[in-house]
Amino acid sequence: MPSICFYFQVHQPKRLRKYTIFDINRIHFYEADDANCQIFHKVANKCYLPTNQLMLDLIKRFNGEFKISYSISGTAIEQMKRFNPEVLDSFKRLVDTGCVELISETYYHSLSFLHSTNEFERQIQKHKELIQKEFGYTSQTFRNTELIYSNSVATTADRLGYKAILAEGTEKILGWRNANFVYQPINCSNIKVLLRNYQLSDDIAFRFSNRGWAEHPLTADKFSTWVHGFDGNAETINLFMDYETFGEHQWSETGIFDFMWALPEYLLSHTSFKFNTPSQVVDIYTVRDKLDVPHYVSWADTERDLSAWKGNNLQDDALESVFKLEEKVYRTKDEGLIETWQALLTSDHFYYMCTKWFSDGDVHKYFNPYQSPYEAYINYQNVLTDFEAVVNARTAQLQEIK
Amino acid sequence: MRQKILMFGWEFPPHISGGLGVACYDLTKSLSELDVDITFVLPTLKSKPESNLHLKLLSSSDVKIHKKDQIFSYEEFLSGINVLKIDSPIRPYITEEGYLKFLEEYNSKLNTTYLDKSYNLHFSGDYGPNLIAEVFRYSYIAGIISQKTPHDIIHAHDWMTALAGIEARKHSGKPFIYHVHALETDRSGINVNKEIYDLEKFALESADRIIAVSHFTKNNIIQFYGIDPSKISVVHNAVSRTKVSKQADLIRKKPDEKIVLFLGRVTFQKGPDYFLEAAAKVLKKTKKVRFVIAGYGDMVNKLVERSAELRIGRNVHFTGFLKREEVEQIFSASDVYVMSSVSEPFGISCLEAVLFDVPVIISKQSGVAEVLSHSLKVDFWDTDELANMIYALLKFPALEKELLTQASEELKQIQWINSAQRVKEIYEDLTLVRV
Repeated sequence: MPSICFYFQVHQPKRLRKYTIFDINRIHFYEADDANCQIFHKVANKCYLPTNQLMLDLIKRFNGEFKISYSISGTAIEQMKRFNPEVLDSFKRLVDTGCVELISETYYHSLSFLHSTNEFERQIQKHKELIQKEFGYTSQTFRNTELIYSNSVATTADRLGYKAILAEGTEKILGWRNANFVYQPINCSNIKVLLRNYQLSDDIAFRFSNRGWAEHPLTADKFSTWVHGFDGNAETINLFMDYETFGEHQWSETGIFDFMWALPEYLLSHTSFKFNTPSQVVDIYTVRDKLDVPHYVSWADTERDLSAWKGNNLQDDALESVFKLEEKVYRTKDEGLIETWQALLTSDHFYYMCTKWFSDGDVHKYFNPYQSPYEAYINYQNVLTDFEAVVNARTAQLQEIK
Repeated sequence: MRQKILMFGWEFPPHISGGLGVACYDLTKSLSELDVDITFVLPTLKSKPESNLHLKLLSSSDVKIHKKDQIFSYEEFLSGINVLKIDSPIRPYITEEGYLKFLEEYNSKLNTTYLDKSYNLHFSGDYGPNLIAEVFRYSYIAGIISQKTPHDIIHAHDWMTALAGIEARKHSGKPFIYHVHALETDRSGINVNKEIYDLEKFALESADRIIAVSHFTKNNIIQFYGIDPSKISVVHNAVSRTKVSKQADLIRKKPDEKIVLFLGRVTFQKGPDYFLEAAAKVLKKTKKVRFVIAGYGDMVNKLVERSAELRIGRNVHFTGFLKREEVEQIFSASDVYVMSSVSEPFGISCLEAVLFDVPVIISKQSGVAEVLSHSLKVDFWDTDELANMIYALLKFPALEKELLTQASEELKQIQWINSAQRVKEIYEDLTLVRV
């Protein structure tokens, strides 16, 4: 009896405002409020609101047979509360059905694991509290930003008590094995890992509207046939993707909503297949093998590595510069400063600085509010220059008081 | 079968080696490697051509005009042209002196020798005040050359030689390509010289095919000249030189001092005034930087005055016109190269800067911005943003490092042989149509 496991990522970064040398030491507010608000409303109207309604209708239609899971970043929830609370309410209605699992992540959708385990754990805790407060829900599954995963991410999540963790089902870590079984991270005895079936996931997320694709147009019927084809050689088909796939990356006009509306019925037409969420999947199936992942993998680009956020001079310099401030920032015990700093750790800032445009260019440009990675870096460093000055001033002030 | 090209150009190194001449040299060099035979017609040759040159150089000045061979005399030729009048005091293409002497000589020659059996027309080959008159003489000769030189295609570079291309086509009936490296609208903004503009428009309309050095230029041809886009092909320029070693004797600078360079004609088109305004803004934030304006033009005095007014004279340096070796040295000494052009059809100097390991900030109103993605790009008028970028390059070393790493890699793809290949395809396309 194979499971079909849907997980959708919901995330909106707090984009930075245009910040030049002339703003340094003059303006200490860094967020692009207007742009963030505008983008949020656009995505809410095109994706979050209609898709949530669709998912809710599906859940009702199948009387609990249709199940899905979400990971919603803290910055996304903040923006829902600030710009359009109806979006948050519609997510709450979904969670209230009992057919939705919420997944744990770092509050700021950050790259903190790569630089500071302390900060990583602080952000997970902060996210946990937020989910508890807004949804009355405690997550049992963890996913790291952009599915960044390695043995060490898994052991940390294991230590924090999660029973499932999500990762990319790339050949780099699977070798001859396939993604459609439950694995256990090496050196762990509790936590289990679920791997994204990237072919099937990307058929929906990336290729759905691609007219150059031989399988275009993709119908629910056809897609279900592919999924059913795994019967006998799979225990879980993990379909992980950005939630913005629905209505935002794939516009409504492409038929993505009709596709999603029709999909569960077709998938369930094969009686062996059931929908389950990650924490259910790891309970139902036994571990088939150990998974050893010494090097980081992610779900990004064709490389499935960290190179979208880390590795070029701009990114490494920006990351080093911001993490260098960690201790200094926390010593101020200033909640506002700490939050500003944490928001600067959001992965998107570093994604904008990615210079390997030529193979993965389209996706990067689509998500990028800057004209070039260089402008993204300049803006970020200008902000950081001012922020450091503010932190220094606060530190000096505190020392004076002492 | 090897294609034979009759090419017309105003510059060819060492006979005036401005940007146009360098581009012509590099393009023809690569074309010859692709088995294209080129006869290149210059107004005049100031020295004997190299013996192993990749093409045949012809000087218009050396062409004998046999009265009996010509349907029209030169005077009749001129009277047949009513688009433009000649010998009017036009604003020169670049500021250069000394031309009157030639005019006298030419007039006397026309009066005395025209009735004889044969005579020559002389050319300065410069951009003197009587450039347009010279352009007409050149095109008259082109008609004669076209009859004597077997060719499949006529290819003319910029407006100075476009009429020659048209004239050559009259005699041979071969397709005429007008290669646009710059337009009057680039050079003069809204204060265009009507004569040159009309001449360009006439040539653009007449051409069988237009090659533009960028999409930026293609759009200008469509927008300002109303030309049918379907006959315009874009072939970007490139850079022929390979990585160079830095040698900076010209300028001695302190270790913690940075140099920001402007290089080019100091004229409206190149936007040196925007560079200066941005310099003033950067200098408010740091004094450890020098701004060098290298080149000469009609705006120099105005800018010197402006820099005094801004009280930044001590950090702004005007070098005047630089020779090629000096250009290389100034590149070597520089930390940032800024091309702040108001309208730049291409801008090869940006590619050269990268060869000298200098990161570049490019005006968005340029063609080179289309090929050099690893650069900082700014609207020429946005001096705040330009200052922001200059300052960032001075302050954050990682920015320069990444820009240079990526741009050097990118430069490997921007080769003349690729441009030549595109041009060759256009040749083939045009000859096919005619068959």
